[in-house]
Amino acid sequence: MNTRKFKDIFARRLMFNLCLFVLGLAFLMAFGLYQRSRPILAITSLKNLLFSNAWHPSQGQFGLASFISGTLWVTAIAMVIAVPFSILTAIYISEYAPKRVREFAKPIIDLLAGISPVVYGVWGIIAIVPLVRDYLMPYLSEKLPFFPFASDNYTGFTALTGGIVLAVMVFPVIISVVEEVLRTVPVETREASLALGATKWQTIKYAVLKKAKPGIIAAIILGLSRAFGETMAVLMVAGCSLHGFTKSIFDTAYPLPALIANTYGEMMSIPLYDAAVLLAAFILLLITTLFNMFGWGILLRIERSEG
Amino acid sequence: MVKKIIKALRWLKCPSLCSGLLAVVHYFSAFFNAFSGSNFQRKFEENIFKALMIISAFTVTGILIFILAVIFLKGFPAINLDMLIKTPKGGYYLGKEGGILNAILGSIVLGFGATFLAVMVTVPVVFYLNLYLKKNSRLALSVRFFLDVLWGIPSIVYGAFGFTVMIFFGLKASLLAGIITVALLIIPIMARSMDEVLKMIPFELKEASFAIGATRLETAMKVVFKQALPGLMTAVLIAFGRGIGDAAAVLFTASFTDSLPYSLFKPVATLPLAIFFQLGTPFPEVQERGYASALVLTVIILFISILSRILSKKFTRNIIK
Repeated sequence: MNTRKFKDIFARRLMFNLCLFVLGLAFLMAFGLYQRSRPILAITSLKNLLFSNAWHPSQGQFGLASFISGTLWVTAIAMVIAVPFSILTAIYISEYAPKRVREFAKPIIDLLAGISPVVYGVWGIIAIVPLVRDYLMPYLSEKLPFFPFASDNYTGFTALTGGIVLAVMVFPVIISVVEEVLRTVPVETREASLALGATKWQTIKYAVLKKAKPGIIAAIILGLSRAFGETMAVLMVAGCSLHGFTKSIFDTAYPLPALIANTYGEMMSIPLYDAAVLLAAFILLLITTLFNMFGWGILLRIERSEG
Repeated sequence: MVKKIIKALRWLKCPSLCSGLLAVVHYFSAFFNAFSGSNFQRKFEENIFKALMIISAFTVTGILIFILAVIFLKGFPAINLDMLIKTPKGGYYLGKEGGILNAILGSIVLGFGATFLAVMVTVPVVFYLNLYLKKNSRLALSVRFFLDVLWGIPSIVYGAFGFTVMIFFGLKASLLAGIITVALLIIPIMARSMDEVLKMIPFELKEASFAIGATRLETAMKVVFKQALPGLMTAVLIAFGRGIGDAAAVLFTASFTDSLPYSLFKPVATLPLAIFFQLGTPFPEVQERGYASALVLTVIILFISILSRILSKKFTRNIIK
């Protein structure tokens, strides 16, 4: 066998193994985290950990419920803000915007995706915390002192602040996926609708969006999972104090990822503490993986169905 | 849709809400029916949505400018040369003198190491996907799918995973552990953009290379690689920027230190964590330095993103079209 052939075969083997490594990485991560969180599962049941909000590591109580509620609040607020803005922006960019604007938009979205989460956190502290504290909170909390607005936390570090910052971080994910999905809708679909006398908006509403609906749902799911796992920015602006459940958008929230990040220094000092924190990481991994599989599964199906 | 809601409400046994909603729906549908099909309604709706779209597009753009403006306006007055060329002296986080050179250098070293490692894994994988495997082979589909899934796993989970691996091997938080964790984090980011680039290479080019007797490896290294170089560079730079900016993955694995990075097996300081710690102190003058550090990080990332654009323009000259 000559050396050229040999090199080719050698490279093929190597590349194949690297592919297997990529395939196995997600499983390896799940296995590693599960293995480290087993000690705590051996003592208390998963149900107990998920639904109790007693978090007293020194007494051996590791209820994750209040952190889960914090995650849900922050994610929900972020999605309520991000979804309409990013879908409308994506439709504008791909359907209405002139070519020059479109070329201008791409670097902007890339840059939004590229900014460091910590810088988002700094921005949140400088700009969004005072906004919430001095304007939104006095106005909403006093005028509407009931369920989602009532709170006695006047610091400005709230679930809402975290949600707003997260929403901005989710924009690029949803916008780029929706834009791509809209691009896969064939021109003929549009032409057929326009030929029937529909206006541009009617075409978008009845033909384009109808066809792109699964893709848009996938984009929302991917954005959701991004918001779910975002750590540093939320840790910096959402308050993150231990006080039980978040009951209002103006309460502090302490989401799961922030919990993991915040305990890095102390978790080896108390028995089972590290197991509880790594269990939180394992839960986070499971949920985001599921969301991502679902979202990318939909997009894959779309891609295959068009050719 | 409306009927479904009403059905659901009926099922919930709240007749008053149900009839109230019915009245509202009837009112609105009567209102719209009066104009339905007329040009007025069509134009009206179109204009409203167009306005909403333009408003959201402006908001998204405006927020980016807002973020950059805030970071520049707050960071610029606080920055000085000392910060950039000194390491933290004792009591730096209490407001004493020093700088963040340790974090700047640490981030750059860590970023380079992680990017290098990620390139070593990613380039073979994407070349294998695009040159060796058939387009719809099961392996190619599943590798791409898993890369996408890995792309969506939050960086804190990578950090926690890196931590478990460290415990497993009995290692301490170090530059090496940080490099490996960040490399894992940026592999999917790099792979996705490289894959996009390689997909765009025309098949005829590969065919021509095969036709003159080149092996797949030779085709990959001598033909496709050159053709794809600008795109690959962009992907590398994007991944580098992401790696440098991430804090959650290095929190457990690279830890933090006040000294300059000098060994693979010692902890290393990173810029995002320096920002985080400085803002976490209760002293305004230290927080000011945090703003300045955020400016440094933002400038580095802006620089990388501009550089990637320039490079991709420059290398496009060599491409066969």
